[in-house]
Amino acid sequence: MRPRGSSATGASDPLDGAARTRLFHRPAAGGDVLIRGPHVLDPRAGLDGRHDVLVRGGEIAEIGEPGALEAPPGAEVLNGAGRHLFPGFVDPHVHLRTPGQEHKEDLDSGTRAAAAGGFVAVVAMPNTSPTVDSAPVLRALVEQARREARVPIGFMPSITRGLAGDALTDMAELRGAGALGFSDDGKPVARASILQKALQYQRLVGGVLALHEEDPSLSGAGVMHEGEVSARLGLAGIPPISESTMIARDAAIAGYEDGRIHIQHLSAAESVQAVAEAKSRDVRISCESSPHHLTLTHDALLERLDTRLKMNPPLRTEEDRQALIAGLRDGTIDCIATDHAPHAREEKEVPFEQAPMGTTGLETAFAAVYTDLVLPGVLPLELVVDKLSRGAALVGLPLPGIATGEPANLCLVDLGAEWEVGEAGYESRSQNCCFAGRMLRGKVLVTIAAGAVVYRERAFALTAA
Amino acid sequence: MKHLLSIEDLERSDIERILERARNFTEVSERQVKKVPTLRGRRVLNLFYEASTRTRSSFELAAKALSADVINFASSGSSVEKGESLKDTVQTLSAYQPDLIVVRTPHVGAAELIAGWTTAAVVNAGDGKHEHPTQALLDVYTLRERLGALDGKNLWIVGDVMHSRVARSGILAFTKLGARVTVCGPPTLIPRGIEALGCEVAYTLDDLAQADVVYALRMQHERMADSFIPSLREYAACYQIDGRRLGPRQLLMHPGPVNRGVELAAEVIDSPQALIGQQVAAGVVVRMAVLYECLAGRDAQVDTPTAPTPQPA
Repeated sequence: MRPRGSSATGASDPLDGAARTRLFHRPAAGGDVLIRGPHVLDPRAGLDGRHDVLVRGGEIAEIGEPGALEAPPGAEVLNGAGRHLFPGFVDPHVHLRTPGQEHKEDLDSGTRAAAAGGFVAVVAMPNTSPTVDSAPVLRALVEQARREARVPIGFMPSITRGLAGDALTDMAELRGAGALGFSDDGKPVARASILQKALQYQRLVGGVLALHEEDPSLSGAGVMHEGEVSARLGLAGIPPISESTMIARDAAIAGYEDGRIHIQHLSAAESVQAVAEAKSRDVRISCESSPHHLTLTHDALLERLDTRLKMNPPLRTEEDRQALIAGLRDGTIDCIATDHAPHAREEKEVPFEQAPMGTTGLETAFAAVYTDLVLPGVLPLELVVDKLSRGAALVGLPLPGIATGEPANLCLVDLGAEWEVGEAGYESRSQNCCFAGRMLRGKVLVTIAAGAVVYRERAFALTAA
Repeated sequence: MKHLLSIEDLERSDIERILERARNFTEVSERQVKKVPTLRGRRVLNLFYEASTRTRSSFELAAKALSADVINFASSGSSVEKGESLKDTVQTLSAYQPDLIVVRTPHVGAAELIAGWTTAAVVNAGDGKHEHPTQALLDVYTLRERLGALDGKNLWIVGDVMHSRVARSGILAFTKLGARVTVCGPPTLIPRGIEALGCEVAYTLDDLAQADVVYALRMQHERMADSFIPSLREYAACYQIDGRRLGPRQLLMHPGPVNRGVELAAEVIDSPQALIGQQVAAGVVVRMAVLYECLAGRDAQVDTPTAPTPQPA
């Protein structure tokens, strides 16, 4: 890395008085909850065994031997026997479609979906209508989140105005209004000089830049991975180099400016290589991969040309999938993020080339990864549990942890439960889930976010003390 | 067989059965009254979202030769221009109770989607760059009439393979009948991974002499704009089939319409080796056989509901 003249770290935390925090939700009454005897697994806290966990006043008040803790008067008691308790998941990459596309999702339905998937915080992308590219729009969203969000939401406004790639947003003002970081997700920052300026400006305002990496001149009109399946179907392909060459470019710019970047939704082996290479040069880079890229390939499109399998970046080959898994294992890939992208039924019920890109993912993330990667022994459970919340730290949020005094951010999961991902019946307003029709193992029973129970599986019985 | 959506769905025996039936239908075309009552009272809907001359007219002739009623629906001047979705259009037109819908669209997989939205049989007359199964069937028919069996024959498909549904269906149909297929064209127009369809790839015509049949594809002018080829002049210099390149024992095919002087030189178009006219003629009998297969064929009987008793008015 080329040293810069000044050693100023900048990146103050210029949060204005109205925002106070960078996560926003409708506070719920957090009654006391005793979770009796679950297998507690928090790899970061070194917990891996049966315990009682008592939540009181929104915090983890006590962790004790199974059966040892007394339920305070009025506390709910959850039967944890045979179940697993994890630190709640955090998704650094979701689309909540608000403002402007509430027919796909809104803050209530989107955070209900998050809660049902065991997520205790999500980070919303700005490609809405209008784009979240100014402080008034962000402030209105923050107010709406304080009224509607069941699970805390962090917001990433756009890097460039209107996602047009031409001019920077008022990043300082946006940070003051509560922006976690910035992203033009859905589009790349096509011009290198604009990204360079955003990274220079980052020294003033802080906040990670989350990057959707795609060279539009290479991806062109592509609708799926370029390879044997696209050749067979006659569909225009998106080559893996459209992603990896942009990662290499942006890592070089970030290295030069000593900026902090996070690469969204890695899909290709070449991309894993580009990130690993940047990390070896100490570039401040992190990256994510999605449950669908970790479990599905373009071969799924040969079975059925289903628009729920159309996403950007596209599902790629088995070699790419294996490279993503290896990247997750060796730490090149830092976290799992869903890129939850709801679309209305009529928008997806069109020929493949006309359909919008995206799959929902919040409600199936854990089960998909658990079923396809943990159960067959490809990845250890503790690694998956870690990667499903690790995204928090990458965007400047505290990591959920199971320890006395921590805010209660937990999910209780039945690893043995088998369920079918349906055509409908989601908490999300949309049904475009790429796992529809699959039998999955692992069901979230209860989610506690920011100290309050935000989700209970309908069939899961509660007993009061 | 209820639908004909792609060659990929067909077994060799299916193809042979359809072609055998097509041959039986040639006799109808030679009569003075070119009509048999086989599909009398059946409704065939031609739903064309793309321009077409020979495919559409041959489907119409085929349906009429079998005494079916034909409705033509083109996207221009219709509710499609007012923004009606494909699904809504199909469901609306299904209210007319068509027995079979012939559909051409610019979108891959559209025929298959439509098959899920209607109770009618669906015949794919071209879905984007994916497949054009009746073209492949008539190509195979034409060749078999000339060569007999295709087993062991060498076929070269030359030109813009990337943008060609004719090539995709052709590769599948020819190889299913035992031929060896080589696709040849500029590397920019040979899609990565095309070998998965069971063909070989060549970038020059150097070994064209091994071909028993040369199948030239249409080169579209707009490909120059996207830098797929530097110029039509350079394309013609490298890939045009002319009297010098086409050997005297080689057969020549083309799906039409031909760009004279681009993919084919005038002298080969009009040579006795060219089967282009036979391909067009085969279109009608092969499409008759496809309509018969979907509406009156052995397997189709299973799906045909018994006629309801007429109710008094």
